[in-house]
Amino acid sequence: MDMKDRMKIPRQPMPEQEAKVRARNFDEVPLGYTPEMAKTEALRCIQCKNPACVQGCPVQVDIPGFITLVSEGDFIGAAKKIKETNALPAVCGRVCPQEAQCEQLCVRGKKAEPVAIGRLERFVADFERAAGEVSIPQIPASRGKKVAVVGSGPSGLTVAGDLIQLGYEVTIFEALHKPGGVLVYGIPEFRLPKAIVAAEVDYLSKMGVKIETSNVIGKIATVDELFEEGYDAVYLGTGAGLPTFMNIPGENLNGVYSANEYLTRSNLMKAYKFPEYDTPIVKGKNVAVIGGGNVAMDSARTAMRLGADHVYLVYRRSRAEMPARIEEIHHAEEEGIEFHLLTNPIRYIGNDKGWVVGIECLRMELGEPDDSGRRRPVPIKGSEYVIDIDTAVVAIGAGANPLVQSTTPGLDTNKWNYIIADEATGQTSREGVFAGGDIVTGAATVILAMGAGRNAATAIHQYLMTKK
Amino acid sequence: MSAKILAKEQLSENVFKMVLDAPKIAQKRKAGQFVVIRIHEEGERVPLTIADADAAKGTVTIIFQVVGKSTGQLSDLNAGEELLDLVGPLGKATHIEKVGTVACIGGGVGIAPVYPITQALKNAGNHVISIIGARTKDLIFMEDEMKAVSDEFIVTTDDGTYGFHGFVSQALENKYLMPGTKIDMVVAIGPVPMMRAVCDTTKKYDVKTFVSLNSIMVDATGMCGACRVSVGGKTRFVCVDGPEFDGHQVDFRELMDRQKIYLPEEKDCYDHYCSCKHGKGGR
Repeated sequence: MDMKDRMKIPRQPMPEQEAKVRARNFDEVPLGYTPEMAKTEALRCIQCKNPACVQGCPVQVDIPGFITLVSEGDFIGAAKKIKETNALPAVCGRVCPQEAQCEQLCVRGKKAEPVAIGRLERFVADFERAAGEVSIPQIPASRGKKVAVVGSGPSGLTVAGDLIQLGYEVTIFEALHKPGGVLVYGIPEFRLPKAIVAAEVDYLSKMGVKIETSNVIGKIATVDELFEEGYDAVYLGTGAGLPTFMNIPGENLNGVYSANEYLTRSNLMKAYKFPEYDTPIVKGKNVAVIGGGNVAMDSARTAMRLGADHVYLVYRRSRAEMPARIEEIHHAEEEGIEFHLLTNPIRYIGNDKGWVVGIECLRMELGEPDDSGRRRPVPIKGSEYVIDIDTAVVAIGAGANPLVQSTTPGLDTNKWNYIIADEATGQTSREGVFAGGDIVTGAATVILAMGAGRNAATAIHQYLMTKK
Repeated sequence: MSAKILAKEQLSENVFKMVLDAPKIAQKRKAGQFVVIRIHEEGERVPLTIADADAAKGTVTIIFQVVGKSTGQLSDLNAGEELLDLVGPLGKATHIEKVGTVACIGGGVGIAPVYPITQALKNAGNHVISIIGARTKDLIFMEDEMKAVSDEFIVTTDDGTYGFHGFVSQALENKYLMPGTKIDMVVAIGPVPMMRAVCDTTKKYDVKTFVSLNSIMVDATGMCGACRVSVGGKTRFVCVDGPEFDGHQVDFRELMDRQKIYLPEEKDCYDHYCSCKHGKGGR
């Protein structure tokens, strides 16, 4: 096909479950491209000599390279191409904010729509897995050095995957009973099926990574004790495991959840399958979710799937400032989530049994830009109003879980208690201790955590090669 | 990690003791800390206080009361079987030092968690007054163990079937505080109404009182905030900031409300479990 015809192909839409149906089930929303759709979409890529998309990718996937293979129908080859730099393509294809990364820089996006890089990545990873063609790379002989990875989220998994392929003995310590970190406790099934996470973790296990679940580092062993046990380096990827509340009256009323708790109950503990699973969750009829990020969208859409009549998304800025992926905002709206934008909660109202029955809000208007560059929301005097609710989910961000920092002398942290680590290497103030992901940056994205893991793995390799 | 059950014993009608094979936790744990267990793939994460441990033998002892499906299923397991997951030690350890005279109070199943603290306070050289109580005589357990680590010892029952007739808080007040015995510190563990009653009593006499809270938890590592409690007007997490707090600062009313969040679900689950157990024979 010549270039002119290729330029005429429109971006292939993603087949999805119908909004009304999916709003009441936990199955994955996008159904995935067919091989024909993938090949057609791949032809839209014009194979730039200096591909900008690759610069937009925190792990520098060879995007034109894998897309060429897709257009040729070599889907397995395409998956292998991605895996040269990204160990979790099935995850990234689903949860990366492509519109702010690779696709934002795609040349095709200047005049028309960008190539659907994320959808293609997802397609080839799913194709490879479904075909049973996931091959385990040859692992070099052990160098006799051991690395402990604390946390099995995206950054920990990336570090482990890279280091095992460089010949290190790698053990991941996970606090919860299932590996995957935010991929299993945070992101819902309808956005990232847990079977996919399990397959990615299994891939690492098959390469020889040891995974010790139910091990809380800072409690069962400190970082110093890991060194005493014979580990030569430690990577800290403990994540943003501390819920943030607004500290407004009524926040401890029954029915008011942190997003961490709400999502952990539903995702990790499978409370949406209660009573088949034993962990319960409040199935509210009128639910308010506070926040405008991906976690807020996940919470709102979970509430809808648990059977709510009304789910209100309360966000203090306007739609343009929402940090969530565009697709998630779009999906949430389609599923009937009611947006109360430029609205800030000021208190929860409870009944005599300690249950939340309402949330009092204040309308806001946008003022001058603040430190984040976004226009600061300013309250409108006298605009208070009450929304009747029986459940609320506070999804306004997460902080640094202190268990490791508080038990590791000499590990420097900043004023928010995040670990201070070199951006390029993950090196902390302690020799042999590296860190990356949300515990360094604060709550960010899966792919940024993976990028940090990739850099740290390189730095750990260099450290262990030169260490006497 | 999974953990093998080495021994099981029924202490009273609904209270069981299990000795678990957990060498790492046995080495690390300190008085006042707890573990989280999960029994099967569909199971909840259940926090349970470590009642005792033997670092040499590599064992940890848990004591629990059957109050719902999960604890019911736990009680169905026997020596030789395994818990699917065991995590710990979690929570802050009790601050143990010699303060003088201490009163250690355990109510109902709270006798189990107060035991290791009593033992540690005794070992630190304190004069230990122990008061353990329950609704009725049959529900008293660990009497000998508690006696062995106490200088003075009282049993109470609400119905007067054994020992002092009345609540543990009344025994503390009538036998010690009112007559003017100088008590430097009180540790009280048990049902929330009992801990509140003890705190109300000790407040009158201005005696520092610590309570150990058993709020609802999920991850128990400070991640979810399910266990939050107001202490001195500030929100604290029982799992990482506790489980022990200054009892005079705890908002017990809020704690009681929060413990009722899942009552309907828990009851449905338990009823179903009971009918299965007595009908077709369990899950």
